[in-house]
Amino acid sequence: MSTAENQSHVHERKDPSEYGFLHSMESGAAVDGPGMRFVFFMSGCQFKCLYCHNPDTWKLHNGTYLDIDSVLKEIKGYARFLKFAGGVTFSGGEPMMQAPFVGAAARAIKEKYDLHIALDTQGFLHGNVEDDWFDAFDLIMLDIKHINPDTYLELTSQPLQPTLDFAQRMVRLKKEMRIRYVLVPDWTDAKEDVEKMADYVASLGDLVELVEVLPFHQLGTSKWEKLGLEYKLKDLRTPTPEEAEAARDIFRARGLTAT
Amino acid sequence: MNYMSDKPVVADPWQGFSDGEWRNKIDTRGFIQENYTPYDGDDSFLADATDRTKQLWEELGVLLKKEREAGVLDVSAIPTSIAAHDAGYINKDLEVIVGLQTDAPLKRAIMPNGGLRMVEGGMEAFGFKPDETVHEIWTKYRKDHNQGVFDVYSPDILACRKSGVITGLPDAYGRGRIIGDYRRIALYGIDFLKTQKKAEFDELNDAVFDMDTIRLREELSEQFRALEELREMGLKYGVDMSKPATNAREAIQFTYMGYLAAVKEQNGAAMSFGRTSTFLDIYIKRDMEAGLLTEEQAQEMIDDMVIKLRIVRFLRTPEYDELFSGDPTWVTESIGGIGLDGRSLVTKNSFRVLNTLFNLGPAPEPNLTVLWSSKLPRGFKDFCAKVSKETSAIQYENDDLMRPKWGDDYGIACCVSAMAIGKQMQFFGARANLAKCMLYAINGGVDEKSGKKVAEGLEPIKGDILDYDEVMAKYDIAMEWLAKTYVKALNAIHYMHDKYAYERIEMALHDRDILRTMACGIAGLSIAADSLSAMKYAKVHVIRNDEGLAVDYKIEGDYPAFGNNDDRVDEIACYLTETFMKKVAGQPYFYRDAMPTQSILTITSNVVYGKKTGNTPDGRRSGEPFAPGANPMNGRDKKGFVAAGASVAKLPYDFAQDGISWTASATPSSMGHNDNEQIRNLANCLDGFCDAGGFHVNVNMLRRETLEDAMEHPENYPQLTVRVSGYAVNFIKLTREQQLDVLSRTFHDHM
Repeated sequence: MSTAENQSHVHERKDPSEYGFLHSMESGAAVDGPGMRFVFFMSGCQFKCLYCHNPDTWKLHNGTYLDIDSVLKEIKGYARFLKFAGGVTFSGGEPMMQAPFVGAAARAIKEKYDLHIALDTQGFLHGNVEDDWFDAFDLIMLDIKHINPDTYLELTSQPLQPTLDFAQRMVRLKKEMRIRYVLVPDWTDAKEDVEKMADYVASLGDLVELVEVLPFHQLGTSKWEKLGLEYKLKDLRTPTPEEAEAARDIFRARGLTAT
Repeated sequence: MNYMSDKPVVADPWQGFSDGEWRNKIDTRGFIQENYTPYDGDDSFLADATDRTKQLWEELGVLLKKEREAGVLDVSAIPTSIAAHDAGYINKDLEVIVGLQTDAPLKRAIMPNGGLRMVEGGMEAFGFKPDETVHEIWTKYRKDHNQGVFDVYSPDILACRKSGVITGLPDAYGRGRIIGDYRRIALYGIDFLKTQKKAEFDELNDAVFDMDTIRLREELSEQFRALEELREMGLKYGVDMSKPATNAREAIQFTYMGYLAAVKEQNGAAMSFGRTSTFLDIYIKRDMEAGLLTEEQAQEMIDDMVIKLRIVRFLRTPEYDELFSGDPTWVTESIGGIGLDGRSLVTKNSFRVLNTLFNLGPAPEPNLTVLWSSKLPRGFKDFCAKVSKETSAIQYENDDLMRPKWGDDYGIACCVSAMAIGKQMQFFGARANLAKCMLYAINGGVDEKSGKKVAEGLEPIKGDILDYDEVMAKYDIAMEWLAKTYVKALNAIHYMHDKYAYERIEMALHDRDILRTMACGIAGLSIAADSLSAMKYAKVHVIRNDEGLAVDYKIEGDYPAFGNNDDRVDEIACYLTETFMKKVAGQPYFYRDAMPTQSILTITSNVVYGKKTGNTPDGRRSGEPFAPGANPMNGRDKKGFVAAGASVAKLPYDFAQDGISWTASATPSSMGHNDNEQIRNLANCLDGFCDAGGFHVNVNMLRRETLEDAMEHPENYPQLTVRVSGYAVNFIKLTREQQLDVLSRTFHDHM
């Protein structure tokens, strides 16, 4: 990424599909999609999840400038590897905050290197894009923070319905999905909530290839502090492996694969 | 143990083997190629440790614990040689493969030929009284290698040693990194080997008796004698190695005894084992097909051999330990690879050797090294990844890079040094500190720590901002000076080593005419590359002390750091590698026509290099450890380990033919959601790294918390193994500084 030389371009008026803002890149991620992933963590998120472990990605313009050429240049050195070992994932922040750019970048990667591409999103902003925007994505990793609209709002500061609409839309578009559910003690771990969530996920059908139950962790705490933000969950405990497994079993009981 | 007893196996030891040329002349590789059976299945056939194995390992565990507490369990007063000691056992009734370095387990031998100073220093440090007779003999009547070297060293070499711009030279102990073809003993028996040596000697009867010929004839006589001593050593254990091995047990026993003779005679820095598993598989398979051996028994013998390899010990000084911590011996065994004909060299016995890490638990030795190729069978790849994941105890080296250069019967000596077994050796040369050399370029040859002039003929940089081109020009001259001094030292060392501490038995298991390499090395590559990158892409201000010496640097702006797959800096690292190699290769003389090579490897000495090097222009603070081997500096590889590996993979093997070491650490959970994913991802990463031209990788799959807990409660982690730049160590045997260094290395735990 050649930040210095490109910084000046930011001020030129450009089509938003030509440039975006990046929080960071990870060349060797193995839990952000199938196999080994090259991940673009895009900056910007309209959610303010209480348990966010990357609050430093919230602000769009905290990121570094990135254009399509630099995306392709970045992938070039790994394309052979990613072809057999995994693929590319757009995550964040919320990558759909920069939908024109992320869509264009995914298309460009698909065209040039024909890699498996995943989108890690909470789906909230899908109303802004056309159906063909999703063509370049092979897998949608959908975060559903909670199944109860009120708690959802409390947790994320945003309504739940757009995310559920997104899921239905993916069913209509026949997109493979992974559902990600963060297990947060006292917030998302109540048995009836998990059951309700599992019922919903099961209703999406065979397109859901996997449910990832991700135990809440405290590794993001220092980031909140660094940013001078109040971290309401700083004293919250981490779920035990048994609790995580019990939640997974609830999904499994409905014929889903959970990990 | 009756199946072990010498049953009338086969009258003809070579019964059932091919009729090839290997029968008439020494050709271990030819024998392997014509007789081995590749295995492309999975690990399901493997057997667990037998009760006997468990009991033996447990009994040894008691002694190992005592040793950990004392540092050294016991020292034998007898100056060692191949047959100096009586037979020794851990528990004679339980052992199926026998032989110890002295007459008791973990009792260390003294080897004064390498250097009396190391012997006496080591003894005193661990509370043993040096023997007066030994002292008298090696001061009055005979000379050691150490003294020979210091008789000829020049003031510039001594100054470099002292300042640490060259460190770890094998001038006070055995040089090591020579692998005898121990398999020859099993395949041919000592009688045949002696006949062959005699023939090699006689071929020179009419040669011109110049210095080279005279030396060679003397060496051949020593080799011949050493073979006879090896026979004598075996007989003390009731093992007659005169004739070829007749069954699997003998094949393993003879091969191990050849190695044992070597570690009785030499305390080489690295005493590697070779590439034995597929060779031994031929014998095991023959016995199994004859109904003489079960899988359980085969595994038991391999377990027993590995137990022996785990307790090879040398007496060394605390200074040595500071450099290479954890009592390393580098009993490297190379496993796998692909043959020149395209067949995989993986056999069932390749699995058995790795399986010892499960049967006996993880351990740093033997240094199990998988010769990786994307063409290896899937079952083996997955098993390797599984073993790595569970034990962190194996390293990987790129067979696709080495095979074209060294054939398909090379082995790794020490960490990353490939050599065709029985046909090639190296003159081990430790390493030069490229980061410190850059500081000499900046300060006109004056050491930034001592303020003393070390390098002559250099002019200091006067400006307050470091100009990339000016520094490069001066650095070039400094590297020229360093290479010259360095090669002088190595020529002196290896001349004296041949003269005073010749590896008689190891060389007896080589061809007469061999390839020798002069194995130089560099440390501090990532620091030097990052420093130059900072000069080029940011602004580096010089801070001088009252004497006008540059002692610190202030960086204004950002610069691309090595380890992020960014060509701007990666190219600098490649350039430095190539340039220093050319400076070395340009030297006028190499002892015994050795072919100059270099490695990018530090093992644990990166900590000591750091201590001896002041602030550097990349922002590293004085005393802070270097990154190990060819690693990016800790914490500067911001894009994850695939990018880091891609940077390292760019370093040109053609200019570092003694190997390029990379150590990668990841937590298991960051490699996938479950065991299967983690194993597949790791194996794919190894394929990807090798495909990109990467040479070597140490794989650590550990949780940071585990290491932290082990620092607090070492007693709970007697076998915790981590890989550090080319070899593995018992984590709890590292100094606290080195433990912290391991911890501070990038843990790729993506959040």
